[in-house]
Amino acid sequence: MSRRSGKRRSGDGWNPYLAGALAGLLAVASAWATTAGLGRTSYLGASTSFVRAAAFLLRRAAPERLADNVYFQGTGAVVDWQFMLVGGILLGALAAAFGDRSFRLEAAPPIWRERFGTSASKRLSFGFLGGLIAMFGARLADGCPSGHGLSGMMQLSASAWLALPVFFAAGALVAARVYRRRTP
Amino acid sequence: MTAARLLGLLTGFLFGFLLQKGRVLRFEKQLGALLLRDMTIFKFMLSAIMVGAVGIHLLEGAGVVSFSHKTLDIAPLLLGGALFGVGWALAGFCPGTALGALGEGRWHALGVIAGMVAGAALYAEAFPLLQQQLIGWRDFGRIGLPGLLPLPPWPIIAIFWGLCLLLFVFFERRKL
Repeated sequence: MSRRSGKRRSGDGWNPYLAGALAGLLAVASAWATTAGLGRTSYLGASTSFVRAAAFLLRRAAPERLADNVYFQGTGAVVDWQFMLVGGILLGALAAAFGDRSFRLEAAPPIWRERFGTSASKRLSFGFLGGLIAMFGARLADGCPSGHGLSGMMQLSASAWLALPVFFAAGALVAARVYRRRTP
Repeated sequence: MTAARLLGLLTGFLFGFLLQKGRVLRFEKQLGALLLRDMTIFKFMLSAIMVGAVGIHLLEGAGVVSFSHKTLDIAPLLLGGALFGVGWALAGFCPGTALGALGEGRWHALGVIAGMVAGAALYAEAFPLLQQQLIGWRDFGRIGLPGLLPLPPWPIIAIFWGLCLLLFVFFERRKL
């Protein structure tokens, strides 16, 4: 079932060029709307909101650590435009998936199962580790594939044009090591 | 709800909808791109950048929006970028797509999301040290490619469009 939908190219979903072009229009419209409506141009991004989420958790668990930290003073426990945007991504994907019946409860994705088996806890723990490293890197690089990849590239930001190739090169090296079986 | 939150929610909803329809939220698409087997993500991403670059430069030229470049600080970009890539290959999602994947029912993304929150907290702890040792060592400031290359924006965008179109022809010929 999931095999079939994984192999199919078109037929499920929209043409990726079209969906991407519309996402580009959305990114431009959003820059305009934030400027006109909120008085300051904001660009699509995601990783800053994870800092805010961490700040919310710390505020409950260890408020003194939160207050002492310089980084959280700049990016604190506030529900702002981007935080809602990240939440909106979840809801939009949910609506789209229900709309075309592609919603699937999945404990471990196909490529993963072929390599590591069906254990959900194994996938969750590897995912945790990967997410931790990725976010540490994204904060250090000051952006992720949304902030650098889409927003930075379209503005022709020099930083984005350096970051994105590095993201991809490192990812491709590790992916090849982890998933590529040597077949004679 | 404030205007900022409402606008964020609406924009995110549309973004998530398009990401899902483009099928780029899936673990197998992300790994497919990193393993050079399935270029769906590149098709989506590059198309978005092509359209976005034209639109945003038109608006900026008309004085409607202003650019917000992130600083070209070499060491954090290289080291952070490499760490991000390593984590991305292990997680199979980037920050935005992890949330979207959860919306599609791929609940194993919860592990990734939790890890990302932990990674953000860890970074905040490490920040004072990193700021001392690494950040700002070779910082060229908030510049765009037109400030680096001897070319104005529009020719750069034209070259980018040309390269992307060539790449798309290649992807379609190879059925990637």
